[in-house]
Amino acid sequence: MRKKTKIFSSLLCSTVLMMGILTGCSDSGKDTSNNAAKEQKTLTLLIDNQTTLDGIKAVADAFEKKYDIKIEFETRPGGAEGDNVVKTRLATGDMTDLVYYNSGALVQALNPEQNFVDLTNEPFMKNVMDSFKKTVTVNGKVYGIPAGPVIVGGWLYNKKVYKELGLSIPKTWSELMKNNEKIKAAGKTPVIGTYKDDWTTQLIVLADNYNVLAKTPTFAEDYTANKAKFSDTPEALRSFKKLEEVYKKGYLNKDFLATNYDAGLKMLAEGKGVHYPMLTFALTAIAKNYPDKINDIGVFPQPSDSPDINGFTVWMPAAIYINKNSDHVEEAKKFVEFYISPEGMNAYLSKVKPEGPLAIKGAKLPDDVYPAVKEMLPYFESGKTAPALEFLSPVKGPSLPQITTEVGSGIKSAKEGAKLYDRDVEKQAKQLGLPGW
Amino acid sequence: MTKSINRFYTYYFLLPAGIIYFVFFLFPTIMSFFFSMTWWTLTDWKFIGLENFITFFTEPSLNIGFKNTIIYAVVTSGLKVIFGFLLGVFLCSRLKTKSFIRSMVFFPTLLSTIAVGIAFTVMMHPTQGLINKTLQVLGMVGPDWLGDTRIALLSVALVDVWKGVGIATVIFIAGIMSIPEEYYEALMMDGGNAFHKFWYIILPLSRPAMNSVIILSFIGGLRSFDLIWAMTKGGPGFSTDLIASIIYKQYQAGFYGLSTAGNVILFIVVSALALPLYVYLNRKEVDV
Amino acid sequence: MPMKKEMSQLAEETKRAVWNGKKVKQLIIEVIAVLLTIVVFGIPFYFVIINAVKNTQESSLLNMSWPSSFHLLENVRTVLTANDGMVVRAFINSTLLTVFSIIILVLVSSMAGFVLQRKINKLSSFFNFLVITGLIIPPAVVPTIWVLNSLGLFKTLPGIVLVEVALGFPFAALLYKSFMATIPREIDEAALIDGCGSFRLFFHIIFPLLKPVTSTIVILSAVGIYNDFVNPLYFYPGAENVTLQLTLYNFMSMYKTDWNLLFTNILLISLPPLILFIFFSKKIIAGMTAGSIK
Repeated sequence: MRKKTKIFSSLLCSTVLMMGILTGCSDSGKDTSNNAAKEQKTLTLLIDNQTTLDGIKAVADAFEKKYDIKIEFETRPGGAEGDNVVKTRLATGDMTDLVYYNSGALVQALNPEQNFVDLTNEPFMKNVMDSFKKTVTVNGKVYGIPAGPVIVGGWLYNKKVYKELGLSIPKTWSELMKNNEKIKAAGKTPVIGTYKDDWTTQLIVLADNYNVLAKTPTFAEDYTANKAKFSDTPEALRSFKKLEEVYKKGYLNKDFLATNYDAGLKMLAEGKGVHYPMLTFALTAIAKNYPDKINDIGVFPQPSDSPDINGFTVWMPAAIYINKNSDHVEEAKKFVEFYISPEGMNAYLSKVKPEGPLAIKGAKLPDDVYPAVKEMLPYFESGKTAPALEFLSPVKGPSLPQITTEVGSGIKSAKEGAKLYDRDVEKQAKQLGLPGW
Repeated sequence: MTKSINRFYTYYFLLPAGIIYFVFFLFPTIMSFFFSMTWWTLTDWKFIGLENFITFFTEPSLNIGFKNTIIYAVVTSGLKVIFGFLLGVFLCSRLKTKSFIRSMVFFPTLLSTIAVGIAFTVMMHPTQGLINKTLQVLGMVGPDWLGDTRIALLSVALVDVWKGVGIATVIFIAGIMSIPEEYYEALMMDGGNAFHKFWYIILPLSRPAMNSVIILSFIGGLRSFDLIWAMTKGGPGFSTDLIASIIYKQYQAGFYGLSTAGNVILFIVVSALALPLYVYLNRKEVDV
Repeated sequence: MPMKKEMSQLAEETKRAVWNGKKVKQLIIEVIAVLLTIVVFGIPFYFVIINAVKNTQESSLLNMSWPSSFHLLENVRTVLTANDGMVVRAFINSTLLTVFSIIILVLVSSMAGFVLQRKINKLSSFFNFLVITGLIIPPAVVPTIWVLNSLGLFKTLPGIVLVEVALGFPFAALLYKSFMATIPREIDEAALIDGCGSFRLFFHIIFPLLKPVTSTIVILSAVGIYNDFVNPLYFYPGAENVTLQLTLYNFMSMYKTDWNLLFTNILLISLPPLILFIFFSKKIIAGMTAGSIK
């Protein structure tokens, strides 16, 4: 019986998810006209298929109730494939009214001045946290609202196993390695590797940015200006070395090359694997698939080599932008205003437990947030956070996932990998036409 | 008469095909030589000479595709020739089950490469996959077919052979069937045995069929993309990247000039290897 | 005398024994061959089919055991209704793409093959060279996108149809050309004397005679274009434009945990080729052979 309900609910979940996706796939032009006939206005929103839609859907439903404007979701692939979809759809004038897309450096490549509505002077923008605004600002103009909470990249860990083995949260890299050694001795997988989804291999390198910046504060600027490289900046190279070390010491699960992200979350939730370097958006997936295990999951920052430097690398939420060429700019503005209003945020939080603090001033998190999020808050309160490099520099090489796969599986050394990445980045910088390259 | 009738075969008949073929194949091909030497955003370009090619050949993540493509083409076409020929000879004998076997061998060639790739990816999982679980029952430890960088490319090549050997087989069958019966009779009179039959008649006289198989599968192997994309996406790392998958990745990353340079390199590789092979094999064919 | 009789009997028996031995040997060979075929080619099919009829939990074990209950219809329904019937739309798109491409391809290639074979002058060998080039050289991807985009055909059905025609043309034209060689020129001359124009000659007299090779081309292109993944991936992207191979590829990441649905999708996609094969297997094999030898 229980089994059946589980199947049913998972089927239901997937159907709901797919319904969201499928509405997106129908011909948007046709639908708008159909709906116009029914006299209900419709806004379309393009979103990637990796994001959980529950929260955004809840806001959309509340919005529909209030204003009688329906939000239709269209989905696209994630990653570089998805970037390309967004770029071509913008270029060919075939874009939805609202666009859910990364904040930070990636959005600069979309030519926002030409494609998105300038929100700088909208009164509702006052509520948005300045640190977020910076990531959606191009040439002094602000283009997007935060679509979700701020998340961090760090080491998710299984608290239950930590307790069982009497481990404490490591403050330095060597302490972390000692923990790993003990976990391995206890017959569990110390670090979960999910290289079948190769984007997950980047985490150790990317989440090290707090440590890199702590020692070389100008790295991001120098890197953008072609004055600093991963391979010749010792702190940056250290990020690759950490990745290499985890593999070399045999801390990864045996079939890490064939394991995917979903399987990795399962290992962590069930305690078969104890650490998973990951972004905290994974908390939502864990809570959904293993609701009774979410309280066992915690997170700590990727440690540096010194106990004094210990903080989180943070990822700003994706943003919602308004397509400048939309026929429904006014309605779309109403939607983004509603989205970041207390009403909208309450709707959001009614369905989704945030994976980190909100990027909206004065917004309070409910008391029953995930334990992992509670572990994050002190770092935010004491200012021990730094944005990931991709929010500080437009330079991000497209081959990083493959390169970190190579370093993280012993095909290349950390130094070789860093060098290769420097060259990869060079192509990107040249394509963007950045000065100094 | 011939003259007037020649006028009768008007070149207007070539026009519809010619226009489509020129606009959507020849013209882009010609332009690719130009765009491969540019920094290109589709709307804007800047001439940069041979820089894209230099990048392609100096960067290990790109030039690995060069080596892999040739390995892949040689392995797949070689195995298709060997297995296709043996199957062809076997299926030309007096077997009662030959039409069943032929159908089974041939059917995969009609299936979608993506479907085949996905199914085999699942079966090749190192711990949960059907293949290794079976090996385990037999007391063997199977390799990580797609994860071990030393064999991943070969694993994909094997799947390619699985899917494509049917065509090679039916081509060989047709070739062997077209050998006139008199040859065998003459050999029998001279007291030849089955091996002689194979060595002195079937092997040399199925030469035209063999040439077709070699050319077809070799060019196919050089241009191959979808199977590798469905199974490994070029990974782990760059270890199974082919030129065609690199072209796609550079396109995805928005490096249009570099992607086009990869395309030009693929033209050159294909023409430099396949054309001489084609000419060589055809010349031999005339000799026989 | 009796000795002799025995001898001949013995010889007879040995003969029979040898004959029986041969038969046994042949039987063993056949059994081994069939078994090998089943292991190498049958098991993957069986694996896909058996897991397509299971429920999610049983299929997650990814084994070949017999399902405890059958869920094929349920799975088919789930796959077909997923994403607002994306698979159905993909079926429609793929069918349209295949049908339109084949019609245009047959029309333009037969005309071209006719002239290429009949007309012999200096230009002919140049044209032949161009056609052979297309058989060997892979298409230039980004420049083709650039051309399509400039013509406003990028991401449109006419655009991808024209690309499929352009890429399928060399093969089809060469097949037509070599088949034309078997149609005697006297037919043309007779038609000419009867006062036929070139159009009438071709469409009324020659084209019907090309039927065998036309059916070969139709079948081969149907399989090729229906299964094509690369060209739609490049030239026909976009959520509304899904073709079957692209949906299958995207389903791979979507159904990570629902293997039964993924296999059901594979099964559905493989149905048209299977049906084609059941009804036309001889024609297909003959066509493929003819096509590749020429």
